[in-house]
Amino acid sequence: MVFAHGFGCDQNMWRYVAPRFEADHRVVLFDHVGAGRSDLSAYDRRRYSTLQGYADDVLEICVALDLHDVVFVGHSVSAMIGVLAAAGEPERFASLVLVGPSPRYINDDGYVGGFEAADIDDLLQSLESNYLGWSAAMAPIIMGRPDQPELGQELTESFCRTDPDVASHFARVTFLSDNRADLRRVDIPTLILQCSDDVIAPVSVGEFVRDQMPRATMVQLEATGHCPNLSAPDETAAAIEAFLHRVPAQL
Amino acid sequence: MTVGQGDALEGFIDALLDDNAGQLYERAPCGYLSTTPDGTIIKANETFFTLTGYRREDLVGRVRFADLLSPGGQIYHETHYAPLLRMHGTAREIALDVVRGDGQRLPVLVNSVLERDEQGHAIVIRTAVFDATQRREYERELLRAKQRAEESEANASRLARTLQQTLIPPTPPAIPHLDVAARYRPAGDGSVVGGDFFDVFQVATAEWVVVIGDVCGKGVDAAVVTALARYTLRAAAMQQSSPAAALVTLNDVLLASETERFCTVAFVRLRRGGDGWHATVALGGHPRPVHVDDAGATLVGTPGSLLGVLPDVELSDLEIPLEPGESLLLYTDGVPEARDGGSFYGIDRVLHLVAGTGSKADQMAGAVLDDVLAFQHGVARDDIAVVAIRVPADD
Repeated sequence: MVFAHGFGCDQNMWRYVAPRFEADHRVVLFDHVGAGRSDLSAYDRRRYSTLQGYADDVLEICVALDLHDVVFVGHSVSAMIGVLAAAGEPERFASLVLVGPSPRYINDDGYVGGFEAADIDDLLQSLESNYLGWSAAMAPIIMGRPDQPELGQELTESFCRTDPDVASHFARVTFLSDNRADLRRVDIPTLILQCSDDVIAPVSVGEFVRDQMPRATMVQLEATGHCPNLSAPDETAAAIEAFLHRVPAQL
Repeated sequence: MTVGQGDALEGFIDALLDDNAGQLYERAPCGYLSTTPDGTIIKANETFFTLTGYRREDLVGRVRFADLLSPGGQIYHETHYAPLLRMHGTAREIALDVVRGDGQRLPVLVNSVLERDEQGHAIVIRTAVFDATQRREYERELLRAKQRAEESEANASRLARTLQQTLIPPTPPAIPHLDVAARYRPAGDGSVVGGDFFDVFQVATAEWVVVIGDVCGKGVDAAVVTALARYTLRAAAMQQSSPAAALVTLNDVLLASETERFCTVAFVRLRRGGDGWHATVALGGHPRPVHVDDAGATLVGTPGSLLGVLPDVELSDLEIPLEPGESLLLYTDGVPEARDGGSFYGIDRVLHLVAGTGSKADQMAGAVLDDVLAFQHGVARDDIAVVAIRVPADD
């Protein structure tokens, strides 16, 4: 099982969920380049100017670790990153779990994504105001050393902290992406975990994803907000477990 | 502290009695609200309602705190704020915009704590909300200033590069019966204009001048002197056939100009004669060129005085016949003085290297630059300029 975090934070988003699958699965966690404790020098604006760049990274991880029958669990934007990866190399993936997916955040000619283009500028401003004190205080801690993986204070300090330029670029790439046409390209069992009252990925968007993907089912969680992996790890893990239980029957 | 007698004591007691728990909460100098772990507002103080312009009945039990934020703020809340709070139990100094009851935006700074029960279940989030209107305006100015500074910096380096390109001919002109090649590498990342320059130009039929030089210092001031040196030498070369005389002219011009910068120059005048060329070399404080023939590589010329320092200079012309197959290598001090830790690249490596390079000026110049860069692990600490002049053997 490969767990991928979304825009904003890092692999710690999965710390209440991923360990529960360690008994039955090989669990792979990673930080997207630019986030968490990834090697910032690997950040290449051109490569990461579309979600495909991130999807290519996922495929590279699969190759490097020689992963097969992958259950890819993607939160938020990583749901679409998983869709792109699975569309690229379907033979590697057994199934997809999409937590709070949205193929298009911006409203568009009858499609309701939940946001207007101007809202994304507003988000970028929000990011900017919250990064004023970043470079001086946080840079040495975060830009840190991938070679020293000890957890603890250093890690928690860096959670949800990203280099401002990277964060702003990732925000643009994420919230301006349109992967609606890619949904149909994935023909493997897919679980959509849909939160109640999620402003980022509303129920109508989850239903859209379900209807577009040939083999998708949707589970409506009681959890509210956009991060059930943090706010309702029990419910989230149980839904994934039930799905994994069902999947062999579908294969 | 101590409180005295009479009025002061009375005032102290009045204030103490008036400032009860209710007042402390309702009229705290910040908005204060409590929500369920999913954000639904369960309680808020008067200051919060005054700040936001909502009525208690509009909010309590009805909306989540995130619902009051601007759309971008809502995304930020979901992707940063809420995860931070879940993970750390606190989130501090988060900048958000609350959309007030009248639609106006109120910039706020927010601190939150997540309270858990003994089993670790989240129970309540308490949030303090501070009006940050003026601070945000100040921060926006800071940001604008930072953006302007970054733009200026980008402009400056673009200007530096453009300037550099006008001072360095990208490839030397093609000269019949003579093979000339050059390499140039500015120090560091190349964003600062260096002081090294070279020039190759024709002065008469079958008569050419090759110049290489190094103006002390870097940046725009040095670039101005570089341009002055280059055009002075071009003009002097047309009037004076002696390279030493041309360098004297440059020395006078530099002394007469306002600059205090000095420079070193190697000036080579080449005349076609017989099967080969005849070179006349004058050095103004510049590292000695390398002459390469069948017997090997040797340094030629006498260094001479620096230019632009003293009115009296000692400069001389040296005649060097260049037969087919022979070469002359000019370079700046970025070559011998390249350093790896405490050790210098040194001239001996140059002599050794060029004696063994192939039959093209381009190979020679390229080999020198590559070797010097490799010696410094790819990072040039000083500008490097190299010009190779070779009389083709099969001409």
